[in-house]
Amino acid sequence: MLSDILISVFLVIGGLFGLVGSFGLLKLKDTMQRLHAPTKATTLGVGGVLVASMLYFLLVKGMFSFHELMITLFLFLTAPITAHFLAQTHISMRLDRSDLPKSERSHDWSLYEDPPATDKPTPPPARAGEPH
Amino acid sequence: MITYALIFAMGCFGLGLLMNLWLIIHGPGRADRVLALDTMVINMIALLILYGTLEGTGVYYEAAMLIAMVGFVSTVAYCRFVLRGDIIE
Repeated sequence: MLSDILISVFLVIGGLFGLVGSFGLLKLKDTMQRLHAPTKATTLGVGGVLVASMLYFLLVKGMFSFHELMITLFLFLTAPITAHFLAQTHISMRLDRSDLPKSERSHDWSLYEDPPATDKPTPPPARAGEPH
Repeated sequence: MITYALIFAMGCFGLGLLMNLWLIIHGPGRADRVLALDTMVINMIALLILYGTLEGTGVYYEAAMLIAMVGFVSTVAYCRFVLRGDIIE
């Protein structure tokens, strides 16, 4: 009975967070604001559902499955990367290059210019066998 | 009680899918459409897992994992295409 309540609470919380994430996608005004809803709320909703599924198989069926942990880990790893790429896409499509502030470094923003390998290049090591 | 909670959560994520579809149709820009598609993938993963829990089988986890990977790769590929005009440099 207690396990039923626990699983149901996780399911309801997950479903509500998923709904809030998708509704925020409609409700928020700007693309940059819209990035917040799916990357945070929907990921949390899916996390709640995965925890509920794991508890269900552990408490009701009596077997431990680690697939949910893999999916949760994968989603939590990929959501920020996706948001970063989408923000880059939005900046490169909607904003002009002159609207951005100056990058206070030797090269421009990496969106427009490939950065050098390192800021301070190390001298190449002396090879063995060569005369100095 | 678990069955009712499962059906409630499935209804929530199904409604979320419809909202994402609306944004895909009426999205003001390409980035919004890609974002809505990515959210659709995440909602679809949740629906698959909920269905697997309702059926009591673990068969759908592989499908959910594959959909998660394909969704991530497709989103990144589209963003690379818009940014650089090329996917694999």
